[in-house]
Formats: sequence, C-alpha cells, structure tokens
Amino acid sequence: MEAGELLERFEAFVASEGKIESDSWMPDAYRKTLVRQISQHAHSEIIGMQPEGNWLTRAPSLRRKAILLAKVQDEAGHGLYLYAAAETLGTSRDEMVDALLDGTAKYSSIFNYPTPTWADIGAIGWLVDGAAIMNQVPLCRCSYGPYARAMKRVCKEESFHQRQGFDILVTLCRGSDAQRAMAQDALDRWWWPSLMMFGPHDGDSPHSATSMRWRIKRFSNDELRQRFVDVTVPQAHFLGLRIPDDELVYDDTTGHWKFGEPDWDEFQRVLAGDGPCNAERIERRTRAHVDGAWVREAAEAYAAKHVAAPAA
Amino acid sequence: MLWEVFVRARGGLHHAHVGSIHASDAELAMENARDVFTRRGEAASLWVVPSTAIVASDPADADVLFEPAMDKEFRHPTYYEVPDGVTNL
Ligand SMILES: [Fe+2]
Ligand SMILES: [Fe+2]
Repeated sequence: MEAGELLERFEAFVASEGKIESDSWMPDAYRKTLVRQISQHAHSEIIGMQPEGNWLTRAPSLRRKAILLAKVQDEAGHGLYLYAAAETLGTSRDEMVDALLDGTAKYSSIFNYPTPTWADIGAIGWLVDGAAIMNQVPLCRCSYGPYARAMKRVCKEESFHQRQGFDILVTLCRGSDAQRAMAQDALDRWWWPSLMMFGPHDGDSPHSATSMRWRIKRFSNDELRQRFVDVTVPQAHFLGLRIPDDELVYDDTTGHWKFGEPDWDEFQRVLAGDGPCNAERIERRTRAHVDGAWVREAAEAYAAKHVAAPAA
Repeated sequence: MLWEVFVRARGGLHHAHVGSIHASDAELAMENARDVFTRRGEAASLWVVPSTAIVASDPADADVLFEPAMDKEFRHPTYYEVPDGVTNL
C-alpha cells in the first residue's frame, strides 16, 4: 500500500474512534508526538515526587506521613506505567532518561516551585493533582491504546490524591489563624502555576489542532482551564480562602467564572529552565540516577549469569 | 507444547488471559486458539504465548506479597470525608 493511502486509512480509522496499538501502522509524526507527550508525562510524574518528598520526614503525624508516602509511591508508579507505554512506540528507557537529565525533554513546569510549608502539600494535592485529573481523564480515551490504558489506571489512583490534599487544607482552615494564613499563602503561590498546567492559550498552542484530529487530545487547553476554574473556585470558597485574582468574577449569563491572565512570561521562563527549583530538581534526579547505577549493573550481571548457567 | 491464550475483546482494551491451548508451533497455536476461544465473536485480537514464558507468583506467597496493601485504606478516595457542600472532588 502506498504511503498516501496508509495515511488516509489511518486518519479515517482514528476519526471513527479506532484504537491504534504498538504494531499498527502510524504516521511518523503521530509516533513522535506520542513519544514526546508520554515521556514528558512520565518525567513529570517522576520529578513530581520531589516537591512532596520534601515533606515525607516532616509530615505532622504518622497518619499524614503514611498517606503522603502512599501518594508519592503512586506517582512513581505512574511514571513507570508511562515510561512503559512510551517504550511500546520503540523508544528506550535509556534514551528517555538521558533526555530528561540533559534537559532536552521537558516536564510540567509546576514541579519547579518550592514547598516551604506543610500547606503546600495540601495545595499540591488539591490544585496540582486536581488540574492533572482534569487533563488526564480525557486521555483515557486517547487513540493510542497503551497510553489510554495507562491513563485509566492513573486516573483511578489519582482520586485519592486530590482528596488527601483537600483534607489537609480543610484541617488547616478549621484550625488557628496561623494555620489559615498558611493555607492562604499556599493558595496564593500555587494558583497561577496550576492554571499554567493546562498550557498556553489555544491560539499559541501550535500542535493542538493535529492532536485533536488524531484523538490524542479531546479538549483544548483553554476549555480545560475554564473547567478547572469553574470547579475549583467554589471549593476555595468552602475553605474560606481567597483566590488571588482581582479579575475573578462569576458570569451569570455564561455560568462560568471569568478570570485574569496568568503570567505567561513566567511560564516560558520556568519551562526554559529558569524557575525557582529547576536546577535543584534535575541535580537531584541526576544524583539518584548516578547513585543507582550499581544496582542496574548488578541486576544486569545477575541476569547474564542466569542466562549463561540456567538453574538446575 | 502448551500456549497461554489472551483475548482482546474490543479495540482499545487490554488482552486478558482466557486459558491454554496445545499446539506444536506458534502458527498452529494461533489457529487453535481462534477455533477454541473465539467461536462467538469474543475477540478483536489474540495473543498466544508459550506457557513456559510465563513467570508466575506462588499462591503460597500471596500473604507476603499482597497482604501489606490491605491495611492501607487511605489509598482509597472513600477514606476521606468530603464535607457537605463540596462538589467535584
Ligand atoms: Fe500522578
Ligand atoms: Fe497524583
């Protein structure tokens, strides 16, 4: 079959909600887009363990510590589901890890912000996992089967992440003035970076249209951002917290919250590597990778020995 | 030799194990699996894998392997009380 005909068939197949598998024919650009998206998603899960990991030894109770540990473990698992999904497209784990460590691969800009207080752990669960869920639920219907199936597992596990974060904030907001102030301060710092998690405006998002046509993406960045604002504002009000946006106002005619403009210069800066914690995050990941080299080597050596001399 | 048979019921779903089949090679295993396991249109796709390639956990180890997950209710969203009036969480 000719390339043109293959492409035509592919386009018709995904347009009719057909699922592509690793052994299906796919255009190079589809494969490349998915490798980029899935590996960056995986990197985000892995790097995303660091801001929360910062509080594992300092959680305010044994219960909170067990919960946070379980959440961070889940994020590691999400990274592994996703790396494996990317590997089905013919890329290797080593290539992906190298690209993360040498800076050629990106990860979500949100994880380059610091977590100076315990309330940040609440804000991350509530807002960051909340935004992630908003992005990930439609990905469960992605045209690429292995990615869609990985996202189903991830989404099922995410629901506790958001609730534990909100639960932390409910507790703080029912506490002392100082605790409420801490919660407000966390919201003030995490609100705008959370809105940036949905990516640039639709008009500034050059690959969006193709991803929509290929059924990788289902909703535009701006649609998802609006949805996030609409469900989150009432939750903030319940907590008695103020969203740090003077332009935030409910629009009776549309039934949506109007909101201000995130600082897109900041978004670009952080994405380009110049956020508060970019260097620290990559330095730490690199150190963990280098420190773990002997484990990988030992496992390889052990496996090779077993192939050479199978057990009796 | 024995082969393990996995059926994908519909496009997009996982392949799930449905049973085993006897066949002398992969091609025959595929044909036999089709005849034995998909006579009622159960499949969108089939996998056959040599049974010897399966690495299985020992059921006797089930406690050691899986019991530690049992007392961690906080991994489930229902563990958290969502206050009245809060929605979309
Ligand atoms: Fe995650
Ligand atoms: Fe999460």
